[in-house]
Amino acid sequence: MRHIISILIENEAGALSRVAGLFSARGYNIESLTVAPTEDPSLSRMTILTSGSDEVLEQITKQLNKLVDVVKVVDLSEAAHVERELMLIKVRATGKDREEMKRMADIFRGRIIDVTESTYVIELTGASSKLDSFIAALDAGLILETVRTGVCGIGRGDRVLKV
Amino acid sequence: MMISGAEIVIRCLQEEKVDCVFGYPGGSVLHIYDALFKQDQVKHILVRHEQAAVHAADAYSRSSQKVGVALVTSGPGVTNTVTGIATAYMDSIPMVVLCGQVPTQYIGQDAFQECDTVGITRPCVKHNFLVKDVKDLAVTIKKAFHIAATGRPGPVVVDIPKDITAQMCEFDYPKTIQMRSYNPVVKGHLGQIKKAVQILQEAKRPIIYTGGGVILSDAAEKLTQLARKLNFPVTNTLMGLGGYPATDPQFVGMLGMHGTFEANNAMHFADVILAVGARFDDRVIGNPEHFGEEKRRVIHIDIDPSSISKRVKVDVPIVGNVSDVLDEILKLMDGSFKADPEVADWWKQIDEWRGRKSLAYRQSKHIMPQYVVEKLYEVTGGNAFVTSDVGQHQMFAAQYYKFDKPRRWINSGGLGTMGVGLPYGMGVLMANPDVPVACVTGEGSIQMCIQELSTCKQYGLPVKIINLNNGMLGMVRQWQEMFYSKRYSQSYVTSLPDFVKLAEAYGHVGMRIEKPEDVEPALRKAFTEHKNDLVFMDFIIDPGANVFPMVAAGKGLTEMILAEDL
Repeated sequence: MRHIISILIENEAGALSRVAGLFSARGYNIESLTVAPTEDPSLSRMTILTSGSDEVLEQITKQLNKLVDVVKVVDLSEAAHVERELMLIKVRATGKDREEMKRMADIFRGRIIDVTESTYVIELTGASSKLDSFIAALDAGLILETVRTGVCGIGRGDRVLKV
Repeated sequence: MMISGAEIVIRCLQEEKVDCVFGYPGGSVLHIYDALFKQDQVKHILVRHEQAAVHAADAYSRSSQKVGVALVTSGPGVTNTVTGIATAYMDSIPMVVLCGQVPTQYIGQDAFQECDTVGITRPCVKHNFLVKDVKDLAVTIKKAFHIAATGRPGPVVVDIPKDITAQMCEFDYPKTIQMRSYNPVVKGHLGQIKKAVQILQEAKRPIIYTGGGVILSDAAEKLTQLARKLNFPVTNTLMGLGGYPATDPQFVGMLGMHGTFEANNAMHFADVILAVGARFDDRVIGNPEHFGEEKRRVIHIDIDPSSISKRVKVDVPIVGNVSDVLDEILKLMDGSFKADPEVADWWKQIDEWRGRKSLAYRQSKHIMPQYVVEKLYEVTGGNAFVTSDVGQHQMFAAQYYKFDKPRRWINSGGLGTMGVGLPYGMGVLMANPDVPVACVTGEGSIQMCIQELSTCKQYGLPVKIINLNNGMLGMVRQWQEMFYSKRYSQSYVTSLPDFVKLAEAYGHVGMRIEKPEDVEPALRKAFTEHKNDLVFMDFIIDPGANVFPMVAAGKGLTEMILAEDL
């Protein structure tokens, strides 16, 4: 099962390596990990996309809570939430492909944020599956480079992760 | 008044009432050693290898309620401590390790004696810190002691760059510490505790299974009170020995890979398990699928939620400090508790299992190692602090020395670290001066920290070394004999030193004992005439002696190999 774990952690040197080290030491899976300070600069928020059985997820949550720097842990995917991922993709845009790329970006509600005579950089935000579909929809030979942030997410409505 | 960072370190130790640190000086900690020199409240024990400093600090903790402290220099000083830190971490031992580091501006430049201390120790500490500002030094050390000793205890490393120890700062030691990210639960959930009491009342084939958590939370007396009230059988893990008096008729012995026939059967066939500060590890329950075949209800008291339902599904989890939770259970049971009458039949069954006498061992014209431990028990009246290394001798000590009190059995249970025995003896004696200390070891293990004979001489630490010498890495040989068709690959130790001469070279007393009838007189002599000397007793034992019962790796708890099966 796919799970999105959100973590509030003290914004201190080495905090990321404690979390990453825990996952590798115990053989847990990380599909993506994003981290940045919150509005309170003493705290970082981390979002980890992982997968595993219920037992494994129970252990992941418990082990994360055990880390001394970790303030709070929540499994976002246990209840209603929204998730987004950002992708920057550089494509070849010459000849007839130039117009086609622009059209595809529009269809997926992407934005072209860098233009040269032969390339575009397209910015696309959405659920990971949407980014996957965009890549699938393009001619693979035209993709020069992609970079993705990994998933970040937040609970819907009154569900708040805060100290 | 402004004082230096080095003086702050020492003042913090004084504030924490630390009476003794184990360490080894070096470039990065010279300021701290200078500050140490100028006072006499904190004593320093100079070991011969940093690994031993950490082991000794670890045993200082294990044998008392205090937090052990080690002090080492940067680079190799730190890397030498890693085995000791990992050993303490696996057994949840509270400890603070203070490490020197190269000056702040050199960090990351591959400076002389630099290593990434925080990175290297991270996976084997409860927490670690790098101090980057002298203003944070006191509060960081306070946090280190707080984190080490509370919740599920563990080692904490504080890495202190040399320039920080030279800088001047006001000293203000916080009385208490608040951390928003660290608030371990102490009290158990009352609803869960009530559920547990109900289940105990319904139990027909109960067992109380207890581990190191009982020792760590100083709950042995409460456990004994509860067990007596319930009249249920009690078994201890290797780490839990002494948590319940071993001479009590309700005690069925240690369980697990080398547990007694009665303990392993009672554990497997119980309908209710009350697990207290124990974690169902692989050496305890054997194959988890086999263990899962019996229907039972499990109540699990543990301070660490991640220990619960990790390997065995638990029906009633109770997260909390063992001592507090046992208090609550005792309160709830007052007067009204009545055990199920069928428990009497369960006791009959257990007595039948006991009839197998699974700890009986064959007689020999050579000295049997089990016999040495039995005699050690008699000679010391069961009052010794027994440290051990890792291997057959460790299991013999655990099986045949009957521990009636907690904190008397000092061994590396989780990590299984050879070489701890002698430095453990030093740590015990620093925390408990004048107690009898026996280090039950083998000729393999003792050589892993043998240099500490020198430390023992310097500080007059009269450890009694019981070397069960079979010229073999006994436990390895036992597995090779049983599972590798007697191909004794690298388990035979040739070119052993003459241990008597070795002991004498260090200025100690050495004895070589080769006949069974000499065992007891030698031990008596060591513990009376040589009470104040370190005595190295080299017992030449039967080379074929094996540890039984045995649950082979991957086998079920009831699939034991008994001595008479062979």
